[in-house]
Amino acid sequence: MQSNLPDPSLIRGMTQRRLGRRDALRVSGLSAFAMALAACGVKGTGSTTPSAPAPDAVAKYWAGKTSNGTVNFANWPLYMDPEQPELKKFTKATGVAVKYQEVIQEMGPWFAKVQPQLAAKQSIGYDLMVITNGIQFKQFVDSGFLAPLDHSKLPNYVANADPSYAKEAFDPGNVYTIPWTSGMTGIAYDPKKITRPITKLADLWDPAFKGKVGMYSDTQELGNFGMMALGIDPAKSTPEDWKKAAEKLKEQKAAGQVRNYYDQSYVDALGKGEVWITQAWSGDIFQKNVSDGTDFKFVIPEEGGTIWTDNFAIPITAQNPVDAIKLMDFFYEVENAATLAEYINYVCPVPAAQAKIKEHAAAASGDDKSALEAVAASNLVFPTQADYAKLHYFRDFATPAEQQEYQSIFEPIVLA
Amino acid sequence: MLAPYLLILPGGLWLLLFFVIPMVTMLSLSLQQGDIVSGYVFTGHWQTYVDAVVNYRTQLVRSLIYGAVTTVILIVLAFPVSYWIAFYGGRRKPTYLFLLLLPFFVSFVLRTISWRYILTDEGMLLGPLKSAGLLPDGFNILGTPVAVIGGLVYNFLPFMVLPIYVALERIDPRVVEAARDLYADPATAFRKVILPLALPGVFAGVLMTFVPASSDYVNSAVLGSSSTTMIGQVIQSQYLTSSNYPTASALSFTLMAVLLVGVFAYARALGTEDVMKVAAR
Amino acid sequence: MTQVVEEAPAVAPRRSRLTGGRALSIYSWLIIAWLMLPVLIMILFGFNDTPGRYNQTWEGFTLKWYGRVFALDELTKALVISLVVAVLTAVFAGALGTGIGYALGRYRFRGSGTVNLIMFATMSSPELVMGASLLTLFVSLGVGLGATTITIAHIMFSISFVAVVVRARVLTLDRSVEEAAADLGANPWTTFWRITFPIIMPAVMSGMLLAFALSIDDFVVSNFTAGTTTTFPLWIWGATRVGLPPQVNVMGTLIFVGGVLIAVVSSVRSRPRKNS
Repeated sequence: MQSNLPDPSLIRGMTQRRLGRRDALRVSGLSAFAMALAACGVKGTGSTTPSAPAPDAVAKYWAGKTSNGTVNFANWPLYMDPEQPELKKFTKATGVAVKYQEVIQEMGPWFAKVQPQLAAKQSIGYDLMVITNGIQFKQFVDSGFLAPLDHSKLPNYVANADPSYAKEAFDPGNVYTIPWTSGMTGIAYDPKKITRPITKLADLWDPAFKGKVGMYSDTQELGNFGMMALGIDPAKSTPEDWKKAAEKLKEQKAAGQVRNYYDQSYVDALGKGEVWITQAWSGDIFQKNVSDGTDFKFVIPEEGGTIWTDNFAIPITAQNPVDAIKLMDFFYEVENAATLAEYINYVCPVPAAQAKIKEHAAAASGDDKSALEAVAASNLVFPTQADYAKLHYFRDFATPAEQQEYQSIFEPIVLA
Repeated sequence: MLAPYLLILPGGLWLLLFFVIPMVTMLSLSLQQGDIVSGYVFTGHWQTYVDAVVNYRTQLVRSLIYGAVTTVILIVLAFPVSYWIAFYGGRRKPTYLFLLLLPFFVSFVLRTISWRYILTDEGMLLGPLKSAGLLPDGFNILGTPVAVIGGLVYNFLPFMVLPIYVALERIDPRVVEAARDLYADPATAFRKVILPLALPGVFAGVLMTFVPASSDYVNSAVLGSSSTTMIGQVIQSQYLTSSNYPTASALSFTLMAVLLVGVFAYARALGTEDVMKVAAR
Repeated sequence: MTQVVEEAPAVAPRRSRLTGGRALSIYSWLIIAWLMLPVLIMILFGFNDTPGRYNQTWEGFTLKWYGRVFALDELTKALVISLVVAVLTAVFAGALGTGIGYALGRYRFRGSGTVNLIMFATMSSPELVMGASLLTLFVSLGVGLGATTITIAHIMFSISFVAVVVRARVLTLDRSVEEAAADLGANPWTTFWRITFPIIMPAVMSGMLLAFALSIDDFVVSNFTAGTTTTFPLWIWGATRVGLPPQVNVMGTLIFVGGVLIAVVSSVRSRPRKNS
């Protein structure tokens, strides 16, 4: 206990009695009893064999569900203008109040946090959440934790979304999720500390930055960089590749390069000067520079970066799913998608937003104009086919055994 | 004579349900196999323990070392303070004790984070020194064992001061006078009279600080880096990031066993009962 | 009365003793200053006129955060949850712990050894392990996590502390007062409520205060048993990743001042009581 005020009698109480062998025997007797009680195991909630949802799942889920006038939205930090203009607009237009919480900073902890509640069929307090494709995404789907989406309630999505998203392997046909944004993982650095331009993954291994390198604690983000540094495409990697990448990353750690393995707190660490060069997500650095007047640089390394998609999902126990799906669709109105992208600088899933941002730029003047023009032209927001060609996708794990093997290879780097 | 049992029943039941049985559940879970999606089944798979301990032996040992170093520093730092309050405190003793406990009115997490703000690489302490050119640009305290152990010492200091104080405070002044009358110089009187009588307090302090310090993860998470990871962080991460319950449970159990066996052995070896009776008076 | 060194017959030269005492005094004040440093920093930054979400560098003095202390709904909600859990913990652990403490202090009975052992174990087990084991229990049973499970956990680890404090008081109880009451014809029940309970009441109260303090500050066990529910320490933990708002400093300061006031008032009121 860290903080009690130890009463002297307490200290005495804790140390007074000597423990005898008979006590130990009693306890072991008790344990044997409870052991029998507890050996029943933990029940699973889903199946890991991929199966399509029942055809009537959508109808069944949405039957009888009505709007309650409120929605609780769990998102990541640095994913919206702090003034939340889009949410205000949504509330004004629909009368639905939005409670916006920046409670997700990494997928692993988020899944672990909500899993017991979802497994107990309990509300997690959120009706809408943004989750990244990857290991935990699959666990959410396989566990049956995500509500199947009723596309008839998503007219803007149907009309405006980039059709290529529906073909993504992690959720074909967008049965459970639709994209919030996509983004790239690359390298960010502080040009005040590092005077030469950073261009390569190998720079993360440069001894000049010993103890000042930040890496992700997410095993996929981390492993991807290890593999790409060796010229391996993560999406097509084999367990042999993982081991090689792990060696490469262990080398980096053993050399004292890595200050720490971070979740989204890497932005804070960069801001505080704890790291000079770090793995980073494309839009974060842009927003950090805007909000705090910093001048950090973000680059997609020559060897390539990764691309991922963060997706809207409705937890199956959501109390206000109708309001949640309304809000999802709201972000697919071209105007809203455009203003969001203008602020967060992540890949916009609505192609028509590019023209809209150009319109906004034409109407603006001065600094705003050039900033908006830059966003419309940015290949971080609207990547071209050539950009996509340079980007790597996450590895999709076919079986839990494969995923566990992956975890067991990269986890000890972060923790050990 | 049903009365004591009736009195104990509600609280005892609570402890049985929410302390004893969870320990057994955890033991059971550590021997199960499976994954978070399809569930876990009891298979008596001891290998989990072997793998967990092999993979994370560095962190386990490091935690015990950090815990031990913290405890030793605590004894050295706390003894003079306890001595001062007990022998020089006079009527203000309660005030001094209160001052020592004052920081504890602020949340443990918040205090530790406050240290992070103070020690951060370009913060209020190091920032000016670096801009004055007194320290190299790359110098840092955060992320080093010094920061982590410093945080542990900071957070557990009162738990060492108080028991030593209690022991010292109970020393009969006549005993010391008698020593002086027998022409012991102050150093000898201290060594031969005060120190032995203070030892029970030191032992109690060790009991109260070593276990929480070794199993702590907040200090190393807030003030440390990848090279100061303690076993507590590994355990919490296995539970609350990887949802890898069997490995997490196996590690928890190993840690618990190591620490409790240590504590029991320590209590036995020192014959705590007799020694503590002195402190208890 | 225990100023041993001062009162002992002078053997060593007086000057050196005084110097020793002064050195000790300076040292101890330095330690106290060191203990207070992060608290002062926390209080100071509650007055920082910071523009954005990062409250890291001093930007000038302001009182505005005190005006906006409850502006962050979720932080306020977390604080309320913490307070409710702590009050429930104090009440329940107070009742359950008093029962155990009273039984152990008053009666000799078979099984008391086991109870003592379990209490010793709960107080010396790492918090981390207790939290983790409760998580495994709740997961195995398939019950969800939330404020209820946090409260259950807090009561669990507080019971023993209450029991130990109460037991210590009961052990020093003067039995002759109760016997006198019995001689005067009071039945055991009356004797307990009219005589014994008022005597042990201060111990019960300090046990409950201890339980309250343990609960409101707990991070580790709550972290394992909370699910998506956030208590005050959990909220702070989550928020550090993206910068702590000044409201946290303000609330920390207010809790600090409130706690100190309560402690000072209660110690002044109980001044005549002997120390232990």
